[in-house]
Amino acid sequence: MLTAKTLTELTTLLDSGEASSAQITKEFLDRAASLNPRLNAYITLNGEGALKEAAASDARRKKGALLSRHDGLPLAIKDNICTGGLRTTCGSGILRDFVPPYDATSYEKLKAAGFITLGKTNMDEFAMGSTTETSFFGPAKNPFDTTRVPGGSSGGSAVAVAAAMAPAALGSDTGGSIRQPAAFCGVVGIKPTYGRVSRYGLVAFASSLDQIGSFARSVDDAALVLGVIAGGDRRDATSIDRPVDFRPSELTGDVEGMRIGVPEEYFQGVADEVKDAVLEKLKQLEAAGARTEPISLRRTEYAIPVYYLIATAEASSNLARYDGIRYGYRAPDVKALEDLYRKTRNEGFGKEVKRRIILGTFSLSSGYYDAYYLKALKGRTLIIRDFQEAFAKVDAIVTPVTTTTAFRIGEKISNPLEMYVSDILTISANLAGIPGISVPAGTDRAGLPIGLQIMGNHFQERKILDCAKAVERVSGPLTPAV
Amino acid sequence: MEFEPVIGLEVHVQLNTATKIFCGCSTRFKADANTQTCPVCLGLPGVLPVLNEEALRKAIMAGLALNSTIATYSKFDRKNYFYPDLPKAYQISQYDKPICLGGFIEIKTGDAAKKIGITRLHLEEDAGKSIHSEDPGKKVSYVNFNRTGVPLAEIVSEPDIASSDEAYAYLQNLKTIMKYLEVSDCNMEEGSLRCDVNISLREKGTRPFGQKVEIKNMNSFRAVKMAIEFEIQRQTRALSGGERILQETRLWDANRSETFSMRSKEEAHDYRYFPEPDLPPVMIDQAYIDAIRSRLPELPAQRQARFVAEYGLPPYDAEVLTASRPMADYYEAVVKEGVNPKKASNWIMVELMARLDDPENVQAFNVQPLQLASLLRLIDDGTISGKIAKTVFEEMARTGGDPASIVKEKGLVQVTDTSAIEEVVDRVLAGNPQSVADFRSGKGKALGFLVGQVMKESRGKANPQMVNEILMKKLS
Ligand SMILES: [Zn+2]
Repeated sequence: MLTAKTLTELTTLLDSGEASSAQITKEFLDRAASLNPRLNAYITLNGEGALKEAAASDARRKKGALLSRHDGLPLAIKDNICTGGLRTTCGSGILRDFVPPYDATSYEKLKAAGFITLGKTNMDEFAMGSTTETSFFGPAKNPFDTTRVPGGSSGGSAVAVAAAMAPAALGSDTGGSIRQPAAFCGVVGIKPTYGRVSRYGLVAFASSLDQIGSFARSVDDAALVLGVIAGGDRRDATSIDRPVDFRPSELTGDVEGMRIGVPEEYFQGVADEVKDAVLEKLKQLEAAGARTEPISLRRTEYAIPVYYLIATAEASSNLARYDGIRYGYRAPDVKALEDLYRKTRNEGFGKEVKRRIILGTFSLSSGYYDAYYLKALKGRTLIIRDFQEAFAKVDAIVTPVTTTTAFRIGEKISNPLEMYVSDILTISANLAGIPGISVPAGTDRAGLPIGLQIMGNHFQERKILDCAKAVERVSGPLTPAV
Repeated sequence: MEFEPVIGLEVHVQLNTATKIFCGCSTRFKADANTQTCPVCLGLPGVLPVLNEEALRKAIMAGLALNSTIATYSKFDRKNYFYPDLPKAYQISQYDKPICLGGFIEIKTGDAAKKIGITRLHLEEDAGKSIHSEDPGKKVSYVNFNRTGVPLAEIVSEPDIASSDEAYAYLQNLKTIMKYLEVSDCNMEEGSLRCDVNISLREKGTRPFGQKVEIKNMNSFRAVKMAIEFEIQRQTRALSGGERILQETRLWDANRSETFSMRSKEEAHDYRYFPEPDLPPVMIDQAYIDAIRSRLPELPAQRQARFVAEYGLPPYDAEVLTASRPMADYYEAVVKEGVNPKKASNWIMVELMARLDDPENVQAFNVQPLQLASLLRLIDDGTISGKIAKTVFEEMARTGGDPASIVKEKGLVQVTDTSAIEEVVDRVLAGNPQSVADFRSGKGKALGFLVGQVMKESRGKANPQMVNEILMKKLS
């Protein structure tokens, strides 16, 4: 079964001629089509387009004119990354029919390397949510238990990879939107350093926090995809050009002598089974030669208010462009301009998006700016300092990704505050702009995946990938029973 | 009670970069609607701005010329508001860390010189243009995004301006400086220069400011002047009548020559400025600033002083000639040909400027510096008289012809042959016995008449000095 293979294995099959890109692509498309009604991982399947791209790849292979070593490999793309000519909805009613006339840089790089796009994955509306329940297109389901959430906001990408509806996927992570669903679905998910991957074409939620990353079933595969999309971009002034030093062939999984910090704040309020699983992996890392030491990230308690003030403030401005004038949903039967704005935005946006726009608008308002937004910026500086101090002593920081395993659909959606607090272990990496990865660390008694998070200093992706690989060795992959 | 106006100006100058401030679209004026757009300036989902260095450089040039301090650290902010011509629903501008701070422009009204302070100069992007259908049955509005993202330098003055004349002089000088720098076309009708006025009245001689009113929608410097004058009268009347001035925005109505109140609802804007997360702060090192400074062209004030010192021109001449860079260039090109500088100045200020709508367009004028210089040389070497030269100039301005050929073709060469002039003089004396008698009886005025007659007879070609001499000789 080709869909059970990793990208690395599929590359071997392509190279040896045992499988064509068309065969591989078709198998993934078929499986995606048959599972999607149950899992809702994809908003749009790119059936015809993907097969065409695959045929073109096979033709290139025949001529010996491959675009890269990865030419012909398929993957899925989160629906907030603009794919020219292919609908990009952001999981929102306001962009339900939006077909971008241009490509995101990350998508452009994948195409240039010969990757095939299987489809666009489900997500919380504008990436605002931790469960994929706020999607205009309905929630995605956790393949380990379809009554449970897959996490979010990149829930669709995590589900697609976990259920072998794609060998890998792109996601985006603003406060944990890659790492948390990766943990809930038992796959690898990496959010790189802010600036490592161009944001051009990533529909903005919170510009200073958003970062594109990858999902895969192995650390090598996640690194492979990340390596393709990484790099500076003259269209993104916040991108930074750093050489990629973490290609699968460069990763050793060697943690001998690696100093690993274990922050006590990240184990408070964490379910015992999750905590125990992470502590057990830490022991195994020690056995593999790593040195662990307790550290303190003492401003962690401020991360939630700081994050939600900054993220909503930026979002309130980023989402103002959806006004029904130039593209996207426009409310019918409006009388005047203001009426058009009100109705379009009221009907086009879902509840959570509106809640955050209002929060952000409020915190930027005159008279409140200093008390909220400005204070949050100062808090952010302190959180960054926490990490700087920590990374002066350690190479990587290991924590749980989530406080619990996947919860039930509907369990938290009516309590936004509880939902926000559940992001506590992932948002600091976004505030500090540092890379973080979630790697499977076993399951709880109910068979639900547990994720282990490794955070590194800026541009130290290689260290956290090596560490993740060491964890992977002693954990093994998880496969849902779908 | 007597009042005095306190006026500050906010001027938006479109920087004439080849491409827009945050994308690669052309900034060409008058292209077909919405043809100069791309995903970035249309504010499509997911696009990002990238600062055009040329816009930054030109803003710094402007700041240096306005005696501003260039900030080594500045940043961009978002100004949030909804309007159909603002595709992102925020304008990228600079709020608390502008690129240039402080500075001044020196102005002269009458004989009095004065420095008008500059508060700041910041960079921002222009909005698009809304066009409302003129067909009343068709309730439609259109938006043209060609202008969206064109770089603007907003220059805010201190409230140092005390009259409409000072405002006019300030704008005139600002425009001249920008044009010298070649950073903007400063064409108010095309919208490449826009000016808003802040004006209040206060009791003469006191310090506290009165309530400020903003005036917008003027499309010429003259309109700015008129709007200020109208507003001073309106506010004076109101205050004298015991009324209070409302803080409001008023629009200038060019047809009725008056200002009228815009809905005060527009005033309630809270722009919710916050740092633009898509653009890193702008860090500029001193070497970059120095490099730009070293390449600044000579500015109007410097050039004016040099014209006085180098060419011995009266300050008035120097001021008029340097008010436009092309005109000053023209003048220097004439002088470079070895022509007397004051003579060149007279000819340009009297003959040339009378035939030119806008000194900025002197490069397109039919008489180019080399031709004017040869015309002046023809006077100097006695080939033609100053009077004939005016006729020749007229012809040159009309046809673009060469002065020597015009003189030759039209037979305008000055007559310096003594016997030829004597012949004409004899004829005139014979034909005007009464004038000859008048002169001899002491009526000096009669000589002027006789000279005029000789010149007329010779169709202006006789050398006037020689005519004088010969007449005197024959009459005595
Ligand atoms: Zn553009």
